[in-house]
Amino acid sequence: MSRDAIMGAIQRGLKRGPLPTDQQAMLAARMAAHHRHLVPARGQLDLAGRIALFAQYVEREFGTVARLENLQAVPGAITNYLAGQNIAPSIVVSPHPELEKIPFMDKPMLQVRYGVASAQDAVSLQHAFAGVAETGTLVLPSGPTRSTRNNLLPDTAIVLVHAADIYACYEDAFDRLRQAGGMPRNVMLVTGPSRSADIEQTLELGAHGPRRLHVLIIDGPG
Amino acid sequence: MLQSSEAFVGNAAKGMADAGLQRALARAKPQFAKKRQAAVDRLPEFEALRDVAAGIKDHVIGNLDYYLGVYADAVARSGGVVHWCSTAEDARAAVLQICRDAGAKRVTKGKSMVTEEIGLNDYLEANGLEPVETDLGEYILQLRREPPSHIIGPAFHLNREQWEESFRAHHKDLNPERVFHERRDILTEARGILREKFLTADVGITGANFLIAETGSSVIVTNEGNGDLTQTLPRVHVVVTSIEKVVPNVEDCLALLRVLARSATGQDMSVYTTFSTGGRQVGDLDGPEEYHVVLLDNGRSGMVGTEFQEMLRCIRCAACMNHCPVYGAVGGHAYGATYPGPMGAVLTPMLQGIESAGHLPNASTFCGKCESVCPVKIPLPKLMRHWREREFERHLQPAAMRYGLGFWAWFAKRPAMYRLGTRAAAWGLGLLGRKRGFFSTLPLARGWTGTRDFPAPEGDTFFAKYAEFVRNK
Repeated sequence: MSRDAIMGAIQRGLKRGPLPTDQQAMLAARMAAHHRHLVPARGQLDLAGRIALFAQYVEREFGTVARLENLQAVPGAITNYLAGQNIAPSIVVSPHPELEKIPFMDKPMLQVRYGVASAQDAVSLQHAFAGVAETGTLVLPSGPTRSTRNNLLPDTAIVLVHAADIYACYEDAFDRLRQAGGMPRNVMLVTGPSRSADIEQTLELGAHGPRRLHVLIIDGPG
Repeated sequence: MLQSSEAFVGNAAKGMADAGLQRALARAKPQFAKKRQAAVDRLPEFEALRDVAAGIKDHVIGNLDYYLGVYADAVARSGGVVHWCSTAEDARAAVLQICRDAGAKRVTKGKSMVTEEIGLNDYLEANGLEPVETDLGEYILQLRREPPSHIIGPAFHLNREQWEESFRAHHKDLNPERVFHERRDILTEARGILREKFLTADVGITGANFLIAETGSSVIVTNEGNGDLTQTLPRVHVVVTSIEKVVPNVEDCLALLRVLARSATGQDMSVYTTFSTGGRQVGDLDGPEEYHVVLLDNGRSGMVGTEFQEMLRCIRCAACMNHCPVYGAVGGHAYGATYPGPMGAVLTPMLQGIESAGHLPNASTFCGKCESVCPVKIPLPKLMRHWREREFERHLQPAAMRYGLGFWAWFAKRPAMYRLGTRAAAWGLGLLGRKRGFFSTLPLARGWTGTRDFPAPEGDTFFAKYAEFVRNK
């Protein structure tokens, strides 16, 4: 069997048999300890500093950012953003409890559908589990309340993140994911809109994923 | 892919005479180095992180059997299936079987060098499937039936006219009168064509940059989002990857990610870094129903415990080729192998044998730039030197070269004679060439003067100059 052949060849190279159980226990403990390696200092700021750095990096990576007081401000912010980009006011929204609380009826012109994006959906609204200040990165896990397709299929991805969920580094976000129940099927770390430099080394936005990434930072609670 | 490393010398000459390739190299080369340096300058911890990254990889290699076992168990717990494959044939057969079991016709592919290594596309095609490359660069190469020339910028050797020409030749349903005003029009056309493929594929194949032992996750890194569409939309996701990609836990992976994108494209972080663990879970809104990992060895286990073990640290960032003067002169196709440049010069002889790949570790000036930019500090020149030694020990070089080397060694081991001889030669050549400053022909040096002039020595040897310097001090 290939497995035995591969393991046998590795062990011959390491000049030993299978690892003794005490050493296996040591390695298992190392894995479970989730020891952090060197984490860059630049994200290690107070909350205000983390939010500012996060927003700065999202913009540097060709995303856009709007800071909002609370969820009540979301329908207006989305309507204005889409109008400014000349995009039809129709969005598919991940069925996350937070997003279900948004008072979309305040903006009747905005067509809202909760669910999973199909090829026809041009704009999505996603709920971020976290933001990471270190590189302006969004943490988007899959699950019953967050569709992975919504991060990928629409031309314009709008993502809502709570200011309090903006962490210094990726490690903080993964700690929180573990506390929330472990590794979901899919976790996307998203830094800016889709792009490619495959044609003559020249950067073009919107390769296969969204051409635009708009991040709504909610400052207040709820 | 078709291996033609034996023909390196001829291919290199062809590459240097290829005006289109030289234009592409002139455009890309300074960019690669500049972008990486800028990213490094933005992160004061970068140098320290290289040591961390090398340390993690060494720790894994020293316990590779253990971590692979833990990884395979974790994949099984998450509902996925691991297919262990010793050889490229095994891996191709495993992928085909998965596709057949899924009743698949169309197969989308994210960018994966391991699938290039095992020649997967040709095999699937020969067996009646339709593999579709979805990375923009890989897509055009598939249309043109060319191998990649670079491990992260596979089509950087092509110029805009070639993109347009191939798109016109293959996208026959579109208006033949259409005009490509700018690069973005090429991109938009590919996006439209490939969107349809994403939505109708039965199986999606990706590679993996890392495998996480603790959780059984595979990690891919892309900028286009094609890898994510490939692994999210079809009913079956197949990860084709190799045994050295495993790391213990998420924290180890994050440390490596911090050096990967910076070394590769000069980004702080690639646009999409995605962790996939098993198939769709109860309540999930989307994602594949089946998750398979085709785990390839193909000679890697045989590197453990040898002088080539450090090569298993490689995270495929391409910094070595981006900074290599030889790669920068001849381009990637000249190497005639899946992996070009310095990392390829070490890996290819391992994968296909030193008999046919002997030219590659010799195609180096040993300037050391590759080692100095490697995010996991692989001593690439040292490893290339090991291959040269093996080649010499096995009498694989031409007789004239062996005699020449033998003569030089005899001479070099007698320093007094060596210095006297080189001094006499420097003096003699200096005198003979004084008028023109160079030689266009020299006896026994046709290999040099056949393509360029040999500069006439201006004076004395280094040893003589140094001795003089010490005396005057």
